[in-house]
Amino acid sequence: MTILLSVHDLRAYYGQVQALHGLSFDLNEGSMTTLLGANGAGKTTTLRAICNMVRSTGAIQFEGKPLNGKSTENIVRLGIAHVPQGRGTFTTLTVEENLQLGAISRKDTKAISSDIERMYAHFPVLKQRHTQQAGTLSGGEQQMLAVARALMLRPRLMLLDEPSFGLAPLIVRDLFNILGKINREDKVSILVVEQNAQLALEIADKAYVIETGRIVMSGNAQEIANDESVRKSYLGY
Amino acid sequence: MELFINQVLAGIATGAIYACMALAIVMIFQAIDHLNFAQGEMAMFSTFIAWQLMQWGIPYWWAFLLTLIISFVAGIVIERVLFKPLAKAPVLTNVAGFIALFAIVNSVAGLIWDFTIKQFPTPFGSSPFLGSQLISTHQVGMIGVTLGLLIALFLFFRFTRIGLAMRAAAAMPESARLVGINTSWMVALGWGMASAIGAIAGILIAPVVFLEPNMMLGVLLYGFAAAVLGGLTSPLGAVLGGFLVGVFENLVGTYIPGVGNELKLPIALALIVIVLVVKPNGLMGHTVVKRV
Amino acid sequence: MSTIQESAAETQAATVDAPPKKAMGLGRTASWVMLIAFLILPLLVKNFVIFQVTMVLIYGIAVLALNILTGGSGQFSLGQSAFYAIGAYAAAILIEHGGVNYALTLPAAGIICFIVGFLFGFPALRLSGIYLALATYAFAVAMPQLLKLGVIEHWTGGVQGLVVTKPDAPFGLPMSQDMWLYYFTLAVSIAIYLASVNLLKSRSGRAMMAIRDNEIAASAMGVDLSIYKTLAFGVSAGITGVAGALGAIAVQFVAPDSYTFTLAIALFLGMVVGGVGWLPGSLAGAAFIVFVPNIAEGISKGLSGAFFGVLLFAVIYLVPHGARQAAIYAETLFNKLRRS
Repeated sequence: MTILLSVHDLRAYYGQVQALHGLSFDLNEGSMTTLLGANGAGKTTTLRAICNMVRSTGAIQFEGKPLNGKSTENIVRLGIAHVPQGRGTFTTLTVEENLQLGAISRKDTKAISSDIERMYAHFPVLKQRHTQQAGTLSGGEQQMLAVARALMLRPRLMLLDEPSFGLAPLIVRDLFNILGKINREDKVSILVVEQNAQLALEIADKAYVIETGRIVMSGNAQEIANDESVRKSYLGY
Repeated sequence: MELFINQVLAGIATGAIYACMALAIVMIFQAIDHLNFAQGEMAMFSTFIAWQLMQWGIPYWWAFLLTLIISFVAGIVIERVLFKPLAKAPVLTNVAGFIALFAIVNSVAGLIWDFTIKQFPTPFGSSPFLGSQLISTHQVGMIGVTLGLLIALFLFFRFTRIGLAMRAAAAMPESARLVGINTSWMVALGWGMASAIGAIAGILIAPVVFLEPNMMLGVLLYGFAAAVLGGLTSPLGAVLGGFLVGVFENLVGTYIPGVGNELKLPIALALIVIVLVVKPNGLMGHTVVKRV
Repeated sequence: MSTIQESAAETQAATVDAPPKKAMGLGRTASWVMLIAFLILPLLVKNFVIFQVTMVLIYGIAVLALNILTGGSGQFSLGQSAFYAIGAYAAAILIEHGGVNYALTLPAAGIICFIVGFLFGFPALRLSGIYLALATYAFAVAMPQLLKLGVIEHWTGGVQGLVVTKPDAPFGLPMSQDMWLYYFTLAVSIAIYLASVNLLKSRSGRAMMAIRDNEIAASAMGVDLSIYKTLAFGVSAGITGVAGALGAIAVQFVAPDSYTFTLAIALFLGMVVGGVGWLPGSLAGAAFIVFVPNIAEGISKGLSGAFFGVLLFAVIYLVPHGARQAAIYAETLFNKLRRS
């Protein structure tokens, strides 16, 4: 298995405060990997550091090439789609414009409209609302829009920050099923940060546990789910 | 009644000036989310460049085109050199930067071209339009160009990828970077476009107000008022606002006794404030939903 | 070009120098040093310089007033020149037509402007940001025209304006008029500064700052938005009015065209240069708007506007957060030196 993303000794800072203390992990091509951890452990910071949205040191390699020093937009153009916390919806633009924006850095403009149709097939509700201002969508619909927008990039790797945040359990289940399908069928590798550890471990194949800016445990999702300390801290049984 | 119609017509004619300026203001507001106080001065400088080119014997339309290109590039250069370093500075510091730019451009123009009033030609002629004394062919041409510009901008923002990228970068810069848009260049592009639109405004206005370094002071005040009245987020609103301010101002001057030239502006502004109190986002602006 | 940069750097150094003393003045000693410097200054310099420093203090009060509004409650005003004008005219009319003692005109001007500002605050409640700026700006643009109105010409003197008599030092004190006025202004400035610091520290001040930081959250916490926003407007206008009254007495003249929109812009620049929301910075900002135009004029008459712009750019590049940032630099530097 080839390594798609490797992160080595990552340290990140917000002003004077250090949020990550030498964090290292790998993500295999085609895998669905999850980062678990409590509030403030550094999960979001890790995703932000990968896209160079926070001051950081350490080596980050994507497809064997270093990402350090590249601007956020250029990192995205390499095929890393980031769905940020809070979804990052372009609220004043229409649903369809949001999808077009997802593909804005692509050169193959001809394939874009068929991709939009594909997204509508994945998420039928978006088709119903395609001329509506995206800000008027419900939370769950916006989350689907955010995932669809990220997929419009035709990414190699998708970074998802708390996709379940603020959603009803049924919708969360739906969303994760779609993510699993995307991972398998479209061969998109996924790095997902979740507080809902149970669900994340169900669909992920690999998992890392972060505590106060360090990786404290790693392994197959199955193993992690069976680990007693993880069960107590994150799964609650 | 005839007086009324005539005054409205005259108002629309002057309103076209404001509309043009307001359009440039809204353009840059869309791109950078700030009101550029130096916009009028930049437009004035562009107009001087056009004048200078014509003095050197370049025909009107070539001078016009060259000026647009020069202004576009100059707008980008000004952003890259002067304002990019301030991108992370507080908003009010940026406003101070606009005021500094204002002072510099005004002063340099005065030094190069001095403060004597200069005639500026019009391609539309200045005979009365359809026999009306209040509106000339130039003013009709000006209205036509303004509306044409508006349509062109609408098409650009609505139907081109770069227009969409610019809108996205202005509305949500961080999300825009996350879909791979170079937001910093979008801002520069906004400056370039606003500068070029300002040049068109200046060239259209100059035959009416005459060319001199302070020609834009009054126009800019009205232009801001028009832009805010129309709602700063809407180019169409800006143009509409421009015409409304022009008509407002004329009717106030005609029908309210004791209002001299000096009080026209304050009263027009007061009316705008009243409109804003009723509709805080301007006539055409959309409400931004704020989350805590 | 190099000369421009050098002179820019020098001015920068000048603006940096003053506030750090005050920044450390949060510690007690430096405040005293500053105070003593201000007290002995008139004994060392010529009358004209005394007058200039008096103007710095007066503009300092006006900038401070804007700082309370913008830095304190987050509302943005381009109309401060209008309140300044009202204060100035109130003082001039009271002195020249009413025969009122000049010292008494200050509270009068303050109260009048407080009321006007408070009333102006009501329509302002509906507006925020740029829209509020436009409304206040309309007020600033209208003010000189209103002062020229024929109806009130008998009192205002119309376009000509009014000449104000300069007060002599009281109790037969042996000092020039300029010097007396300087000390008088200094005393008023200190009083207003201390009162403002206390205001921002008080319950009302915290309420205003909560509004500045997050209006919706503040109102959810039970802060009455309309009261505090209008109050901030009123207090700011009142203090500006006092500055205007002092200005009228110091300049000995009021005329509509002294209070145009340019003055509002100058006060705004003073606030930015001093550091938005940092009250001691008001003085640095005021020094900037009093001295830098002169410096620019000194470099080149024809290009004074350009040099002013360049100097302004120099300041906002070096310290985008104004004198406050310079003060913080200086303080860290000072602490490092002391440790080593």
